[in-house]
Amino acid sequence: MSITEILFWILSALALGCAIMVVASKSPVYSILYLIGVFFAISGHYILLNAQFLAIVNIIVYAGAIMVLFLFVVMLMNLNAESEPQKNRYLQFAGLISGGCLFLVLVSAIARSESAGNLIQVGGGGSGLIKNLGMVLFNEYVIPFEISSVLFLSAMIGAVVIGKKN
Amino acid sequence: MLLVIDWPLIIEKLVLIIIVVMASLGIAMYTTFAERKVAAVLQDRRGPNRAGPFGILQPVADGLKLFFKEEIIPNFSSKFLFILGPSLAMLTAIMTGAVVPWGDKITLFDREISLQIADVNVGILYVFAVVSMGVYGIMIGSWASNNKYSLMGGLRAASQIISYELPMGLSLIALLFVTGNLSLKEMVLQQQAGLWNIVYQPLGFLIFLICAFAECNRTPFDLPEAENELIGGYHTEYSSMKLGFYLFSEYINMFVSSVIMSTLFFGGYDIPFVNEANYDPNWMALFGVLALMAKAVCFIFLFMWVRWTIPRFRYDQLMNLGWRVLIPLALFNMLLTGALVLLKENNWHF
Repeated sequence: MSITEILFWILSALALGCAIMVVASKSPVYSILYLIGVFFAISGHYILLNAQFLAIVNIIVYAGAIMVLFLFVVMLMNLNAESEPQKNRYLQFAGLISGGCLFLVLVSAIARSESAGNLIQVGGGGSGLIKNLGMVLFNEYVIPFEISSVLFLSAMIGAVVIGKKN
Repeated sequence: MLLVIDWPLIIEKLVLIIIVVMASLGIAMYTTFAERKVAAVLQDRRGPNRAGPFGILQPVADGLKLFFKEEIIPNFSSKFLFILGPSLAMLTAIMTGAVVPWGDKITLFDREISLQIADVNVGILYVFAVVSMGVYGIMIGSWASNNKYSLMGGLRAASQIISYELPMGLSLIALLFVTGNLSLKEMVLQQQAGLWNIVYQPLGFLIFLICAFAECNRTPFDLPEAENELIGGYHTEYSSMKLGFYLFSEYINMFVSSVIMSTLFFGGYDIPFVNEANYDPNWMALFGVLALMAKAVCFIFLFMWVRWTIPRFRYDQLMNLGWRVLIPLALFNMLLTGALVLLKENNWHF
């Protein structure tokens, strides 16, 4: 086994273990902390795929910004396992079924995709490096890129408008 | 198949990591001493002068005192998170040192050793990622204390750090327009060959400096631990070495952000007015490290000077400064820099 392979298995185990703990832990604060662990493990996978930009941006945006806001809200609401209302049994059942359906769709989509055989190219190619990424984004996909940024801007303005309501 | 590991490389990096961590800790230790001395000078008194000659052993005495204090963990706190908080604060404070180019290459035992732990080609983004992780130590610790004042301090810290990350990132984008590179090492090499980045980005540097003050929770932005409103802020419930970790991580952050500012805007380990190629590279690398340290010390002094000169902001003033002044200013700086870079690429024709 090479070092990348060992790292791959460690990171995979870490990601899956943390993901299970996100669902299993009783306190929402611990769930968020485990979710941060998941993001770090996934960033590690990105680095193994030589996509350093994606790895770092994943940490900055998800672990560094969005999860802070999650933590913020949970801390302010002070959710505890005791004070949390017990969910309806039917609702739990419905959640199980819908989650299972999503899982099935994802598994079949990945299994049937054409590139299933060559999904993992550890450390191969420079397609994830920032230079190549920028070239592709601003040459081939410039219009979708700009449209999505306008979308973000409108979401931001929407948030400000909602916040200013009172 | 056995593992193929480049042992000399691992040993070399390990030694470098140990030196960098120890040096940051040692410098942070003496920064606490320097802070008290600077405060004393600015307030026209003597400062600590009992432990050793000129009070030089004062930080050792302070550290020992913190070690031997009783350790109290509040009954209603979640113990694991209570310990995790200061540990994370310390970890994120030290982690930035990994991508800083501390000096040029030196040659030892026929090996070329780069005085940088990892030359990541997204170095500056790594710094930014670590900065954005820094808030967790404070937030988790403050929440785990199960104390209203701590929670207030933690929330203040979180919102302040998130708010000031935005202008910081925008000022960095403008800097990236100029350098066209994200690797800190490449940036230093560019500045060594040409002019320092401060010449191209004076406004960007000013914004970055203000944001660095805010990210380090230093006065005038030390609202998370405003003692006359919040007792001790986020570390109200902490005692012994866990409190020491929080206080210490602030000084390490100060040192690291001083080094980062020197690297980004003031040429890093470049010695001004000296052509390094003319002299023995080993000695020049050593002097380069010293030059970087000298620049960092100037910034650390600036941090202290501001702390003992300017009073604390009110919270709404802090938010207004961040969102209504710094972000528009940083956006303006970014657009201006972008336009100038574009003009230069077109040889100054429209």
